[in-house]
Parts: sequence; C-alpha cells; structure tokens
Amino acid sequence: MTAYIVKRLIAMLVTLWLIITLTFFLMHSVPGSPFNEERATNETVQKNLEKYYHLDEPLIVQYGLYLKSVVTLDFGPSIKKSSQTVNEMLGRGFPVSFELGIVTLIVAVISGITLGIIAALRHNGILDYTAMTIAVLGISIPNFVMATLLIQQVAVNWGILPVATWVSPKHMILPTLALATGPMAIIARLTRSSMLEVLTQDYIRTAKAKGLSPVKIIFKHALRNALLPVVTVLGSLAASILTGTFVIEKIFAIPGMGKYFVESINQRDYPVIMGTTVFYSAILIMMLFLVDIAYGILDPRIKLHKKEGS
Amino acid sequence: MELRKPHEHHIEPNIPDEWFVPKVKDQTEAEAVVRPSLSYWQDAWRRLLKNKLAMAGLTFLILLIVMAIFGPIISPHDAAEQKLVNQNLPPSSKHWFGTDELGRDVFSRTWLGARISLFVGTVAALIDFLIGVVYGGIAGYKGGKADNIMMRFVEILYGLPYLLVVILISVVMGPGLFTIIFALSITGWVGMARIVRGQVLQIKNYEFVLASKTFGTKTSRIIKKNLLPNTMGPIIVQMTLTVPSAIFAEAFLSFLGLGIQPPLASWGSMASDGLSTILSGHWWRLFFPAFFISLTMFSFNVLGDGLQDALDPKLRR
Repeated sequence: MTAYIVKRLIAMLVTLWLIITLTFFLMHSVPGSPFNEERATNETVQKNLEKYYHLDEPLIVQYGLYLKSVVTLDFGPSIKKSSQTVNEMLGRGFPVSFELGIVTLIVAVISGITLGIIAALRHNGILDYTAMTIAVLGISIPNFVMATLLIQQVAVNWGILPVATWVSPKHMILPTLALATGPMAIIARLTRSSMLEVLTQDYIRTAKAKGLSPVKIIFKHALRNALLPVVTVLGSLAASILTGTFVIEKIFAIPGMGKYFVESINQRDYPVIMGTTVFYSAILIMMLFLVDIAYGILDPRIKLHKKEGS
Repeated sequence: MELRKPHEHHIEPNIPDEWFVPKVKDQTEAEAVVRPSLSYWQDAWRRLLKNKLAMAGLTFLILLIVMAIFGPIISPHDAAEQKLVNQNLPPSSKHWFGTDELGRDVFSRTWLGARISLFVGTVAALIDFLIGVVYGGIAGYKGGKADNIMMRFVEILYGLPYLLVVILISVVMGPGLFTIIFALSITGWVGMARIVRGQVLQIKNYEFVLASKTFGTKTSRIIKKNLLPNTMGPIIVQMTLTVPSAIFAEAFLSFLGLGIQPPLASWGSMASDGLSTILSGHWWRLFFPAFFISLTMFSFNVLGDGLQDALDPKLRR
C-alpha cells in the first residue's frame, strides 16, 4: 500500500511539473509583452516594469524563478490589476468556488445514485425510462443552457429565486442545479448499469435465498459493489464540475475563482492565467489521486501492494 | 422399505421390429442453414434497427447533415445579410427563427452554425481515431516495455485537465477554427488509445491470432485483418461519444470568447451571443442554437448507447 501511494505521489508530482512547464512555455511563446498594448509608457517605466516582473531575464532564469515561486506557493502580482497579487485573488475566489463545487458534487452524487438505483430496481419499467430520459437529457443539455433556462423560468418568470450573486443559501440553489445536472446524469447512468450487473450475481441470489430483506440486499450487498465504478469517475466528474464553474460563475456573477480565470483569459493577464491553471491542476490531480486511493480501500479485490513482494 | 423396480410397471410396447428403419442421412438437409447466417455487422445493424431511441437519434443526425448542407440554400435570406431595420425580430413567417441584433436571419445562421459545429466534432473525432488507434494499437500489440513506456506517457496526459489545456492552447494560439480542432485533438486521442490498447492486449492472445501467426502471417496483416476488425465496436462507440463532447467543448470555448470568431458562426458562439440578450426577451436567439446543440448531443448519446449494445458480441443472439 505504502509503495503504491509513493509511486502515485511521484507520478502526481511529475504531472504537476509537466503542467507548470507547459503553462510557462506556452504563455511565454505568445508574441509581444503584456505592456505592449498599454498607452505609450516611456522607456524607463517600461524597463522598470520589465525588471519588476523579471521579464528582462533570460527565459530559463524566468522559468527557474517561476518554479521557485510555485514551490513557495507565491504566484506573484497580477499584471493587469497591479494592486492585487494572484494569491489574493485565489484566496478570495477559492472559498466561494470550493463551496459551489462541493455542494454541486454532493447534490450530483446523491441524486444521481438515487435515480440510478430506482431505474435499476424498476428495470424496463416506467420509472426506469423516466429516470434514464432525465439522465440523457442531463448529459445532452450544456450547463450554460441549463443555467439560462433556470434563470429565465425560475428567477425571471416565476420570481421564486434570486437571479444572480452569491450571498445566501437561497442564491446557491440555481447555480448548483445548473452545474449538477450533467454529473448527476452521468452518475445515474453508471449506477444503473452497474447495479443491473450486480443484481444478477450469485451472491445476490444467495442473499435472497437466505431470506434477507430487500432493503438489506440492495443497500448492503448490491449497492456497495455497484458503486465502485461510480467512485472511479468521481475524479473526472470533479474536473468537469470545476471547469463548469468558469461558465456558471460568469453567468450568475459569482465572485469565485472561475470568474478571475475567465477575466484573466480575456485580458491576457499571464501571471493570473498561470497561477490559476497551476492551482486548478493541482486540485484536480489531487482529486484523481484521492479517488485512486479510495478505490483501493473500497475494493478488496484490488491489491494496491501487489508490487511490494516482487 | 422395498425399493420399487422401475421396470415392474413398465408395459411392454407392442411395436413390430420392422417399424424400426434407420434414418437415411440426407446430406443437404444436414447442412441446410436453419437461420440465415449473419455477419457481425449485419447482426449489429439488425439489433440497432430494433432500438427505437437510437434510430430516432440516427434519423435526426441524417436530417441535420442534410440541413447543414442545404439549409442555407433553401433559406430565403443570406446568413451574412445585415438589415438593421430587421433588428431582433421574433420568429415569423418571414424569418422562421427570428433575427439577431444585426438583423441577420437566425434560421440561415443556425445551419451555418451546424456546419461548423459538425465539422469541429467530426474532424476532432477523426483525428482522435487516427492517433489513438495507431498509438494504442502499437502499445497493445508490442506489449512489455514499449507498452509500459507508451502508457506511462498516456497516463500523464490523461491526468491533465482536458478543458484547461484546451483553454491554454486557445489563449496562446489565438481563437479560431483550426485552434479549436488542434486543442481538442492534442489531449483527445488519449481515451481512444487506452481503449484500443486494452482491446488489442486482450485479443492478441486469442487462438485465431495465434493460428494466424503460426501460418507466418505478417504483423501488419495481423493487425489489419485480425485485431482491428475485432476492436471496431468499442472504437465506433468511442467516436460517437467524441463528437458530442467536441461540440460541447467548442460551445464552451465560444462561451469564454475563445471559440469561433465572426464572421463564422457556430452554435456555441450563437448561444453565447444570445445569452446576453435573453433578459431583454429575445429568447429565440439563445433558444435555437441551444436547442440544436442539445438535440445533437442527445442524438449522438442515444446512438452511441444503441451502438454499444448492438456491437457488444456478448449480447449477440
């Protein structure tokens, strides 16, 4: 187990380093300097600015400095909003985005699993078809369309919920719903198919033959095994929720990290783009790592330490 | 307790011996085929035909392709024609899907958008297919060390957050049609490579491949004739699911301002433009592109599901 974790940790660091390197060189391959398009600054100011952002050093030195700043978790100042550092932006935006992301993930997992179980238990019944139609629709409708539909209907036409911003739990409902439908649909379909497969297994028949109550069979024997595939997609679902937050935060004017990221893209604010990309990637890679470990713990058939003996 | 002997109650049948005639073996009868023999593809097609939802998806997609080709031609208005007097008109008999803020006909633009969106989706899927099959095929067939190294690389790419990489590349290369396709294919082939590799790894150990090898068949022929046809099922399914995800990614990028740039229009860029005017009541500008994105993704998804069931040899009867 430890050997596996160490191996995965190393792979994780390599991926992260790759992303940092990729981001750095991609950003620096863009022609022109961020100060070119500004109003004509005089030459000394330009020189000083370049010195301040280390743009006068050779590329490899800049790369070294950037690696150092990443290791020390200091992403430096923003170019376009000179009064702010990237760290400040992350510090302000991340808690909001995290809240949105986690609530979405929880809503998606719970509703998705419930839909999936219902569909599997009523296989080929009306409930099954209804649940799966909801699921395919959820996959097919892009989250920004979902968001606008919700705003238009629930917030504008019915006036039940606030249109935008992020101040009270009431404000959280629409963005969360818009963001959760896609992942929910994926989880529901996955739960259904793996539940259907598990329900035909011999041990389920044995459990039935023993006279266990259906509730116990479903929750103790079937669901536990059926959920393993769901665990494996949690990592990539987290990724899709995370990228989904860019759009959702933009539509609902939520002051999260996604908003800064989108703004920095539109303003070509390279330190912010780099900082947020690296930060996002770190979170995602961490998620994938945790999912892998969780999978190993949940599924006794997977021996994480199989390499240890050899 | 006395055991009853079974023959005690048995009544001696009264059948004369001459009734027993050996059955003449009819050669043609023995070899007659009870059920028409279907090839794998015929069988899969037959099963796909039975799947109503998948057929509905397929029908819609065919209609969509037809409209993408002929839609702009049959429309009475040119997609680029700007008439400021016709600004933001709701759908009517003159402008079936209404007009946008420049007075352009949304009906014509929708089919123009369909061209771009379908083009992005298909080209991305084709590139994924080419790279993924070659890479995954080599890794799976070679096995051992080569496979190990090749798959380590894939694992790292797989760990990269897909849309983030796409966004980064679009920022660097500047938005445009080529950028989107390039950015989508740079990480997109990884999923295909993993599937092909897994399939090849499994199939190359089957007896018929071994038999082929014993006959001295060339490697390239084994890959072409034995391995690839047997991995085609999962590959086709994966491609059907790549197209909608590429269309979605394009819409997503357009939404962030990194997608297709005017004068070209895609559903994503139209929806993104329409979004800003939704609160002023111009619902049709978001509705039509969004509706077609959703319906297209829906069709591809149900078709992919149907193909998955139809092409699964385990479900063959």
